[in-house]
Order: sequence, then structure tokens, then C-alpha cells
Amino acid sequence: MNVARPLPLVLICVAMFGFGFLLVPLYSVFCEWAGINGKTAGAYQESTTDVKIEDRIVKIQFISNHNANLRWPFKPAEEQVSVKIGERRQVMFVVTNPTNLPVVAQAVPSVSPSEAAPFLHKIECFCFQQQELFAGEKKAMPLVFFIDSDLPEHIKKLTLSYTLFDVTPAVDEKLVQR
Amino acid sequence: MTTQVADVEHGHENGHGPATGITRWLFTTNHKDIGTMYLIFSLVMLFIGGSMAFVIRAELFQPGLQLVEPAFFNQMITMHGLIMVFGAVMPAFVGLANWMIPMMIGAPDMALPRLNNLSFWILPFAFTMMMSTLFMDGGGPNFGWTFYAPLSTTYAPPSTTFFILAIHMMGASSIMGAINVVVTIVNMRAPGMTYMKMPMFCWTWLITAFLLIAVMPVLAGVVTMMLMDIHFGTSFFDAGGGGDPVLFQHVFWFFGHPEVYIMILPSFGVVSEVIPTFARKKLFGYHSMVYAIVAIAVLSFVVWAHHMFTVGMPLAGEIFFMYTTMLIAVPTGVKIFNWVSTMFRGSMTFETPMLYAIAFVILFTIGGLSGIMLALAPVDFVYHDTYFVVAHFHYVLVPGAIFGIFAAVYYWLPKWSGKMYDESLAKFHFWVSFIGLNLTFFPMHFVGLAGMPRRIPDYPLQFADFNMIVSIGAFMFGTSQLIFVYVLIKTLRSGEKAPQRPWEGAEGLEWTVPSPAPYHTFATPPKVD
Repeated sequence: MNVARPLPLVLICVAMFGFGFLLVPLYSVFCEWAGINGKTAGAYQESTTDVKIEDRIVKIQFISNHNANLRWPFKPAEEQVSVKIGERRQVMFVVTNPTNLPVVAQAVPSVSPSEAAPFLHKIECFCFQQQELFAGEKKAMPLVFFIDSDLPEHIKKLTLSYTLFDVTPAVDEKLVQR
Repeated sequence: MTTQVADVEHGHENGHGPATGITRWLFTTNHKDIGTMYLIFSLVMLFIGGSMAFVIRAELFQPGLQLVEPAFFNQMITMHGLIMVFGAVMPAFVGLANWMIPMMIGAPDMALPRLNNLSFWILPFAFTMMMSTLFMDGGGPNFGWTFYAPLSTTYAPPSTTFFILAIHMMGASSIMGAINVVVTIVNMRAPGMTYMKMPMFCWTWLITAFLLIAVMPVLAGVVTMMLMDIHFGTSFFDAGGGGDPVLFQHVFWFFGHPEVYIMILPSFGVVSEVIPTFARKKLFGYHSMVYAIVAIAVLSFVVWAHHMFTVGMPLAGEIFFMYTTMLIAVPTGVKIFNWVSTMFRGSMTFETPMLYAIAFVILFTIGGLSGIMLALAPVDFVYHDTYFVVAHFHYVLVPGAIFGIFAAVYYWLPKWSGKMYDESLAKFHFWVSFIGLNLTFFPMHFVGLAGMPRRIPDYPLQFADFNMIVSIGAFMFGTSQLIFVYVLIKTLRSGEKAPQRPWEGAEGLEWTVPSPAPYHTFATPPKVD
């Protein structure tokens, strides 16, 4: 009649430990599904040939940030563009490596309002790969995108922000391990 | 209520007394010994954590930086929080559970006595390791007890690895303790002790144990992720590598919110034992009390993001977490209503345990009401990270958890020691604590609403008067705990002999054994009708 044994309780503990780690992918999946967190999806995979260009015009603003102790000049070439829905547009971001060592940078995007994030499709983006910069190199990095026609009517302006991270130490470690 | 078991097993007890010397404490598997060790450990931790609060309040006595470096101040606020949560409150509850649960359900001991010994003896090592970080290069943890990434990963002191291991050990200890409680309560109740006849303290601890089993592993998971981010090149919380620092807050608070109920539910249980005794009435609405605890425990899993309203959650998230949080006020309100109704028209007397229990009901309600204010997402943007939050959680933890523990200690001390404590000294301890506590935490509401941020060693001049009052209150509250130690020592040395049932209105199996409770109780299970 009385059946509580320690083993099932230990198994619950093990399962909950696993659940803690499961929260990591769950969090990403949920944010992507709900379009919250301002995360944009990866490269746009579907065919872009039948994307219709509409007359509706949306303003896109670009912001660049650095992570805390990074002092690399990093700026969008144009701070604001107006695009038609469905129109494919390329913009450039310029970054300079002011140090005399090669570095590796990673840009992380965020869209505001986050509700618009699922409708900003990137065909090509410098944030898809880590960017290697030689000592003193100045590099113009492209972003190609278009806006989905399903973008809610009330959104007239959206902001795309990139935060630049210095990932040189992490990459170096991997090189050493190899 | 029960047969004369006490006499029967009094004879049985001969020859089974405790071992002598230090080995009694090192190798003991006796629930009473282990309970005592837990309680003493938590008292020591209360004083260590309290002396850190002393440093904090001394620095904040005046505006400006005078006593400690800001970096050390950060370590003090972090360690104060960690020690009070994991070292003082949680072990005290496990100690009470060890002492009282077997005696309340008519069991001879805890179900897993060796595990019990292990779960206690992990703790001194875990805390020695954690406190040793204060003497290491770069100092101890300085990121607040919530250890948000990346403060605790990218920008953390090198000693963080020791902190992580210490958290792992405390977690393991809590989980073992919780498993022990569940197995004991489910398997070892005396014949006739059905679930719905169980004392409320056992009920609250059963639910607490399930909460511990469910969330301590998640805490272990989140510190493991930190460890991997720091040492193994993963990027769980590093945006540059594809991770997300906000994820840390979600995983942490998924543990952290049930954790705050872990720290209050056993106190609910204690108060539900003490109030009926001194009101000389049965607990009002026993069934609704049980359902309320279960409801609180279930709801605690779906409210965690109310700690993070300002991280930039979508509106739908804010609304969801706001409403679920406010829903918790319903079962909590049921409990407070029932305690008040138990006292209503009772023949109340005001011995020290009752004073603590009444103070608990009043002051916990104040803490609950400021909690409802904080639960309102739109205004939380104003309160977030101010002293208002500090006032809120100290009002639920100090008169909530700690007064609950004091009530329990004064209530059961005659049973544990066989001696009565000095009632007037104990009342003196209560009143100094009560006044000191309110002097400390009540003005924090005002400076918080006026915009004083928490976790900062300095503040603008306009907060000076209130901060001085707060510091004086804190010194008073801290020092009054020395009276408590004096009461304990005086009781053990020269207390009057306590009868088997020192409280006239007390009911329950623990009062059917002699005082002090013999080393082994209920070797033959009592019969409960």
C-alpha cells in the first residue's frame, strides 16, 4: 500500500537535471515560434523568385553596438533606409580592427519591435559567419534582406541592431585543441 | 488519542542510548541527533550571515564610502544572501523535519538514516569551501545571490568554480534530505494515521520535499552550465557564441521561485501547529489548508518570470506572469483567513511561540501585500531592483521563515531538552526582535519607493535619515539574537523540568512521549484513531 521508494525519487531528480538542460533548446524554439526575443531566423531558405513587391513602404533603421569592453569602430554605412515590402535590398556595415593582431568577431542581431522579427528575412548576412579581421583591416560587410508581406499593418518602422562580440579567445582555444 | 506507548518503549530503550564522544555525532543515524546538528549548524550560519549583514548596514549607516571597498561590499551582499538562504533557513527546516516528523507520525526514525547522516555532513564542507573563497585571489562571489550571467561567468572572479561546487554539494544535501522526508511520510506513518489526519507540519514538509526534488536539480543544471561556459568553451549564456544571458535568468528563476516557497511552507506548517495549541481550538479549515499548500506549490512553477519583468519580455508574457502571480494570493489568503479564524473566539494565551506565530501572521501579510504590488508588471518597472524589493523579501523571509523557526524552537524546546525555557527572557527576545525587525525593514519600503537602488554601497543624501534608522534597527535585531542564544544556554543548564505535555492545548503524538524525548521513540507504532 505504501509505495514510496527512494529510486523513483532519484529518477525524478535525474530527469529534472536533464530538464534544466532541455530548457536551453526549449527556450530557443519557443522564442522562435512566438517571434519574441527579437531573434531573427537564419538564412532565408525558400525561393525568392515569386516574392511580390508591394507599394507599402517600411523604414528600417540600423544600430550597431559593441559588447562591453570592445572598442572597435563598427557602423552601418546607411543609418536608415526605406524599402518596399518584398523589395530586396543590400546594406553594408563597416568594421575596423584597430589592433595590431588578427581578430575574430561575431555579430548578434536583434529586431525591435520583436513582433516584426519573423518578417525580416535575410538572404545573406555577415552575422551568419564569424568574421576574421587582419591587423588594422577595415572591412565592409554586406547584409541582404527583404520584408515579408505578412508584416502586420501597424508596423511602419523597425530597428535592426547588431552587437559585435570579440570571439578571438574562444576561436584560438579551438585552434590549439586541433 | 493514543495508547500508552511511551511507557512501553521506555523499557525498550535501555542499552540503545547514544554512543559517547565525537563519534556519536559523526556516525549517528538517529533522527534526533541529526536534527540537533542541523539546528545548531543553522544557528551558526545565522550568526555568520548576520555578521555580514552587520557589515552591510554599517557601511550604509551614512552616505559615502567609509568602511569597506565596494568590491568587498558586493561580496558581503552575495554571501549574506547565499548563507541565509542555503545555510540558515533551509538547514533549520530540515533539522525541524528530522526532529519532529518521525515523532509526529509515530515512526521510530527517518526511513533512510544513513543517507540522513550523509546529507547533514556534506553541509559543513560545502559552506567551508564557499566561505573560503572570501580569502582567495580576486575575492569571493560578488554577483549577488542570484548570480546572473554574464556577471557570474565572463566577469566572475576565479573563485567562482569553488562557489559552483559548493552549490552542487548543498543541492545534493537538500535533495537527499527531501527524498528522506518523502519516503518517511509515505511509508512510515503509524497505523490509522491517514494523510488527512497528518499534522499540518508534516503536510507542508511533504509538499516542500517534492518542490525540492523538482527544482534543486534545475539549480544544479544551471550552475553546471556556468561551469561549462567558464571552463569548457560552451556558450550557454554568451551571446557572442550563440547563447543568451536572459536564458540564465529563466532557468535560475525556474528554480528560484519554487525555492522561495521551499523557504516558507514549513513555517506555514509550524504556525498551523502553534496557533491551535495556544488558541485551544482545532485548526480552522484543515482540508482547505492542505489544498491551499498544494495550490501554492503547483502555481509556483508558472510564475517565475515575474522576477524579470524588466528584461524586455513581450506584453503577453508580462500579462501571463502577472496574473498567475496574483493568483497565488488566493490560496495564501485562504491560509491567513484560516489562521485568523482559528484564533477567533479561542481562549488565547500569549506564550512566546504564540507571540512569534501571531507576529508571523501579521508581518507575513505585510510582505505578501508588497508582493502583490511587485506582481503588477506596469509598476514593477518602478520598483525593480530598489530597496522596495529588499523590504518585500525580507518581510516574507525574516518574520516568515525565521520567526516560524523561532516559534518552532520555543514550542518544541521543552520536548527536545526536557527543560522549560525562561518565559520572560524569551518574551524579551521576542519584543526586541520584533521592534528591531520592523525598524530595519519597514523604512526600506520608503527609500525603495523614493528610488534607492539595492546592492549599492553608497546613496544620495536624501536617503540618509531612513538609512540610519534602518542600520540602528538592524544592529538591534542582530544583537537580540544573542538573547536567543542566552535563553537556549540557560534552558539547557538550569531550566525547570518540563512535563510530557507542557502546553495545555497541544495535541499530537509528539506530546505522548516523555520530555526530553527518549533516544528512541515509537519502536512499537502507536495506534491513531
